[in-house]
Amino acid sequence: MSNTKKLKKGFDIRLVGQADKQITSFAKSSVFALKPSDFIGIQRPKLKVKVGDTVKAGSPVLFDKMTPEVLYTSPVSGEVVEIVRGAKRRLLEVRILADKELEYETFNQFNIADLSNVSAEQITEQLCASGVWPQIIQRPYGVVANPKDKPKAIFISSFDTHPLAPDTDFAFQGEEQHLQAGIEALSKFTNQIHVGLNAKSPSKVFSGLKGVTFTSYEGQHPAGNVGIQIHHTTPINKGDLYWTVSPAGLADIGRMLLSGKYDPQRVIAVTGSEVKKPTYTKVHAGTSIKSLVEGNVNSGHLRYISGNVLTGEKIAADGFLGYYHNQVTVIPEGDGEQEFLGWITPQAERLSFSKAFGLLSFLNPKKEYRLDTNTRGEKRRFVVSGEFEKVLPMDIYPVHLFKAILAEDYENMEALGIYELVEEDVALCEFIDVSKNDIQSILRKGLDLLQYS
Amino acid sequence: MKFLREKLDEIKPNFSKGGKFEKFHPAFEAIDTILYVPKEVTSAKGVQVKDAVDLKRLMMTVVIALIPCLLFGMWNVGFQHYLAIGETSTFIDQFLYGAMKVLPIVIVAYAVGGLVEGTFSVLRNHPIAEGFLVTGMLVPLCIPASIPLWQVALAMVFAIVLGIEVFGGVGTNVLNVALTARAFLYFAYPTDISGDVWTAGIHGEGIKLVEGYTGATPLAIAHSTPAGESVANALSAVSYGGFDHIFSLKNLFMGVIPGSIGETSTLAILIGAAILIVTGVASWRIIVGVFGGAWLTGLLLNAFAVNPFMGLPAHYHLVMGGLAFGAVFMATDPVTAAHTTKGKWIYGILIGAMTVIIRVFNPAYPEGIMLAILLMNVFAPLIDHYVVEANKTKRLKRATV
Repeated sequence: MSNTKKLKKGFDIRLVGQADKQITSFAKSSVFALKPSDFIGIQRPKLKVKVGDTVKAGSPVLFDKMTPEVLYTSPVSGEVVEIVRGAKRRLLEVRILADKELEYETFNQFNIADLSNVSAEQITEQLCASGVWPQIIQRPYGVVANPKDKPKAIFISSFDTHPLAPDTDFAFQGEEQHLQAGIEALSKFTNQIHVGLNAKSPSKVFSGLKGVTFTSYEGQHPAGNVGIQIHHTTPINKGDLYWTVSPAGLADIGRMLLSGKYDPQRVIAVTGSEVKKPTYTKVHAGTSIKSLVEGNVNSGHLRYISGNVLTGEKIAADGFLGYYHNQVTVIPEGDGEQEFLGWITPQAERLSFSKAFGLLSFLNPKKEYRLDTNTRGEKRRFVVSGEFEKVLPMDIYPVHLFKAILAEDYENMEALGIYELVEEDVALCEFIDVSKNDIQSILRKGLDLLQYS
Repeated sequence: MKFLREKLDEIKPNFSKGGKFEKFHPAFEAIDTILYVPKEVTSAKGVQVKDAVDLKRLMMTVVIALIPCLLFGMWNVGFQHYLAIGETSTFIDQFLYGAMKVLPIVIVAYAVGGLVEGTFSVLRNHPIAEGFLVTGMLVPLCIPASIPLWQVALAMVFAIVLGIEVFGGVGTNVLNVALTARAFLYFAYPTDISGDVWTAGIHGEGIKLVEGYTGATPLAIAHSTPAGESVANALSAVSYGGFDHIFSLKNLFMGVIPGSIGETSTLAILIGAAILIVTGVASWRIIVGVFGGAWLTGLLLNAFAVNPFMGLPAHYHLVMGGLAFGAVFMATDPVTAAHTTKGKWIYGILIGAMTVIIRVFNPAYPEGIMLAILLMNVFAPLIDHYVVEANKTKRLKRATV
């Protein structure tokens, strides 16, 4: 049915706290937030609401001055209770106190058969107005797609290989119709829609999709990253434009078109070694994680992460789930007791890609680790060579690329393949880096340089 | 260890910003981070957990891999000494004598290396880099035990200042630091690092050498073998002090021969190589490349053997002189070697080939590995450049399709 690509490079970070395959219901959060900082590439966010305004689910909250037609809308109905700003008045969060019974803005409602007759313009307009458009990400740069563009192809990865990531087959059961409707909508933009399947256990939900090209990928993380899948299908060159959509984004698009309502609900995984009962739960986008973790975590100084441990973001215990995140992870902070000679003593409790630490890890390949946030070393220059190449399954020379970025050498950045990468693809490099550099932010710096200058 | 931690925390404010000893912060930090894993946590965005390995661990792994060479070297220094002066001695005597000769060199190397690195860190306010942990061990092992200590100190200063610091520090240096030190000694004080220096404690009042002892190393013998004779036979013929066939292939491999402290025993070096390869700290491609390059070049020379040295069986090259030590511990320095996978092969093979060529065709300079590695250090970026350029070209071609 589909062709399989085997990826030899990569590394699975096995952590304690995998979610049990059951949906647990927690108390519904009353506060939700839309965080402009979630959207990379949003340059000049302008608010359409002020504190005290009431909004419906799907009502516009803000837009970017550069692409005013794309609206960022409220995930729930209720009252805007707080607008949080950071340094230099940077807009951080728009908090909305949700109604008990949600009210929805109404958009055109379609059924699947209709969708093939609707024009691309009409679909674009509705996706932009309802707040699902930001689910479409553009490559290169990994920013929200511009509705005026025409992509060469659209890529969707049906599985997530990040540490403790939710199982898509479980999370999206029952969403088949929405996903298919999402595909119908996307097929207005290109006739090339690629879906990446996990070769080991192809998602039943996703392998039933029609009108798409399937490719299977076998390997360790980052095999599930859409960027890696693009590289092995049709690599991104200068001037190319691709779009990517996450499974949750696809479902949101489809649900909105079939129901005529913006109803961004999703099944997320509550995971991590400090969660007492790691499980799945159904929430609305932008939910506060307070009710999910309160009483459900171990004591101690903890870090709450929206997303996974490789690409996620630290949030407060009552912080909010990011727009693109499909899991919450809770792990211990690493600022507790300092370990005496911890860098040299042999120990089995530490996870390392390097055999200098994890020499005997092959004896227990399924072992799950309880990692904290300690950096376990200090920042140094790039000293070790050839390690990044082992975890980045792309024909790219990462160290040369990172050095080109640091030197702001535009030509070399382009020539070395920066267009193929976004942060999540180099997250493993950052994890294994002996010199403890912030690789993801280095890459973003390079992308910003190319995009805005 | 709570007491120590509390003590460190107590004096920490003195070294922080605004404290009395603010300037010495890097020095304090170095001690603090050697004793304890720092408290630093990951930033809010990006990777939230980090791999357990750090540069200290990697560098110490190299030092650990060097320990077999060090221990064997210490014993061998004593053994060669007693052999040359014809005294009977026990294993303990030999080891103690060697330790007395070798440990001061190691201590001086570490003390001076640490001091220079520490001084630069304080002056430039950058963290003390772990590089000198390895350099401080490598330098003593690649020089003769008879070296004067002040020369060791001078070499360490030269190597760290001109090998590392002028380039900006560990990670941006071009030349292998330990070899820079050795090259400095070779060119600055040639009489103390070449010729009859490979056996310690044989010059001086009242010391009488055994009959037949010449102080020549296998490479020197290979050079001076008269035409028409076989080098292997000439080597095997050397015996003195009641020790027969000193330079037999077996002894060359085991390392019971005069030479630099740590580089005589191919066996001890291979144990170190195994540690480095299994832990992934050194590139096996470079090691295999150097041995392979040397062996193939040796074979090639055999085919055109117009002088005895060219006719030396190729595998002798691998166990003579410092080739094995250089291949395993010097060529694999990740900073100064080629960085790309293909580049590592080319780099390694060229080092091996060049070592044998220098050995065989340069009568003034018997040992080739040092110059071969230093030369290839300089060319490594060029090799990488072409490997990376090929990758770029591929990307460009793809774009036009």
